[in-house]
Amino acid sequence: MKVHEYQAKALLAQFGIPVPRGKVAYTPAEARGIAAELGCKVVIKAQVYAGGRGKAGGIKLANTPEEAEKAARDLIGTRLVTHQTGPEGVPVSKVLVEEASDVERELYLSILIDSTTKLPLMMASEAGGVEIEQVAETTPEKIFKAYIYPGIGFEPFQGRKLAYGMNLSVNQVREAPKLMEGLYELLMTKDCSLAEINPLAVTVDGRLLALDAKVNFDDNALFRRKDIQELRDVEQEDPLEVQAREWGISNYVRMDGNIGCMVNGAGLAMAVNDLIQYCGGSAANFLDIGTLNTTDRVVNSFKMFKADSRVKAVLINIFGGMARVDVIAKGIVEAYQQMDIDFPVVVRLAGTNVDEGNRILAESGIDLIEAKDFYDGAYKAVEAAKGATK
Amino acid sequence: MSILIDEKTALLVQGITGGEGSFHAQRCMEYGTKVVAGVTPGKGGTQHLGVPVFDSVERAIADAGANASLMFVPPAFAADGILEAIDAGMPLIVCITEGIPVTDMVKVHSYLKERPTRLIGPNCPGVISPGKCKAGIMVGEIHRPGSVGVVSRSGTLTYDVVAQLTSLGIGQSTSVGIGGDPLPGSTFVDILRLFEEDEDTKAVVLIGEIGGTLEQEAAEFIRSEMTKPVVAFIAGSTAPPGRRMGHAGAIITGTAGKASEKIKALSAAGAIIAANPAEVGLTTKGVLPKP
Repeated sequence: MKVHEYQAKALLAQFGIPVPRGKVAYTPAEARGIAAELGCKVVIKAQVYAGGRGKAGGIKLANTPEEAEKAARDLIGTRLVTHQTGPEGVPVSKVLVEEASDVERELYLSILIDSTTKLPLMMASEAGGVEIEQVAETTPEKIFKAYIYPGIGFEPFQGRKLAYGMNLSVNQVREAPKLMEGLYELLMTKDCSLAEINPLAVTVDGRLLALDAKVNFDDNALFRRKDIQELRDVEQEDPLEVQAREWGISNYVRMDGNIGCMVNGAGLAMAVNDLIQYCGGSAANFLDIGTLNTTDRVVNSFKMFKADSRVKAVLINIFGGMARVDVIAKGIVEAYQQMDIDFPVVVRLAGTNVDEGNRILAESGIDLIEAKDFYDGAYKAVEAAKGATK
Repeated sequence: MSILIDEKTALLVQGITGGEGSFHAQRCMEYGTKVVAGVTPGKGGTQHLGVPVFDSVERAIADAGANASLMFVPPAFAADGILEAIDAGMPLIVCITEGIPVTDMVKVHSYLKERPTRLIGPNCPGVISPGKCKAGIMVGEIHRPGSVGVVSRSGTLTYDVVAQLTSLGIGQSTSVGIGGDPLPGSTFVDILRLFEEDEDTKAVVLIGEIGGTLEQEAAEFIRSEMTKPVVAFIAGSTAPPGRRMGHAGAIITGTAGKASEKIKALSAAGAIIAANPAEVGLTTKGVLPKP
């Protein structure tokens, strides 16, 4: 799960990491008020779940409260298109108004769980303000790493090592380890999957300051992080994906094509989308229906396909294991009883209780396109989408 | 032969009295697995599905002789269950549970290091040595005993691949689901090594997916140490970056996580790449020695 920059910074501050003074504004008038309160030059930053805001015009400088109001007016209510969003962009409904800082250098600091060592890994670099992947590619010697052992915790020597790596001054080397320990504590106590400060600024007067922050959370741990769950901003998410979650389909990702897919299992669902492309088509979504013993999610998947105007054909590919094929078949029949299905539906069933599932579909008299195997299903769905009259 | 589990496996089911644990313990028994005990704290001394239930893994090992554990403990308590089994000295743990927080798995891995337990999963379908033993939730009937090892990050995609193999008359020595989480207990390399050492495994099918670098590590092992042919398929060529595709570990962050990078690494290491997921069976048939 993602959160906004202003929420990420509030969390950093909670763990003792210095952030610029500022507040979030929902209206231009509020932005003006906050700028007046701060009494200095301010930065107006669009709050969206996407990077690349600066280049896309989502960050503006304002010398006076009036300028702040104007900048906020230019942003709030628009949609911001960055290299990380689609061409439709993301809505801007609030801006962060914070004091502008005089920056001497821009550094990089982050922490995540490293999958190779299975340990929290803190990375620091003096090459901040750009994407770390780029630094890793061009100047890997500028990235310094510290692995943190959970039983020991973050040690001051690790902080010094990273601080020297970033070429900090003597005073800053004293300050930095505390900041870094705060970042480690944030990761572990809030179950973050990533906490990144980029840039971490060295101000002209020598202070360290988190100018921008990105914090992502482990979806698996949200059950025990109610405070984090409350930060979710559904407005920033794809409306179809929000709808899917409301209907109990948690593993739904919108894709660019026109074939609606319903599959059980994440790997199989990815492979189905790949196979559709191999056959010359394109999936409208990734949908892992998971394991179920009721027909609700099958019916709701059909509701999703109805709600998605791009869908020209549907491919259902189920290999029953924990999920029972007969239950899926009953769900398909229910969906046809409840709604007007005006697109061709290709069905491939295999695995647990497949004979019973096929019998249910055959007896229902529903006009489905039967597929004999994995490839046949994808091929027929692509053909059906091409020939669809809808 | 086979790897990890066989006729001598005496299985403990952690969480045997829960809905899923009970259902799948029964299915494992029907397949022929020797299920010798269950553990549910607080229910020690009772019987379930005809086997004794113990309060702790330690007691299940001491009194019932369990030498492998199959776990169905809910995500909030699963890491604790794994730690208990490691502490009791359980040689093999197969954890089915999906949704364990990553920070919990960091603790598990730090405890697991230097200890002799092998952990498979979490978030996996388990392990099956066809005709001998099933410690998992996969459909037993689609498997046949044979000489192809299967190792995968996926569940149902593996069923499809196994069904392809079986329909072509190709049996499996063992099929191992290492799971779809970012910090799996065992990696592709761990399982490839076991298949390489197993005399009766003649070839291996590897099913990877986007996210992480497990496939690249596998490629390095294949290049440097593997003598047996490896057929590979990587799911998620069409997956957008930065999105979690169902599995917690299936998310492209950075270049290495892309399917194309993994395919490139495996191909360069000598693995045979299946052109699409429906052709893994046929591709495997092509690498096996003609009978």
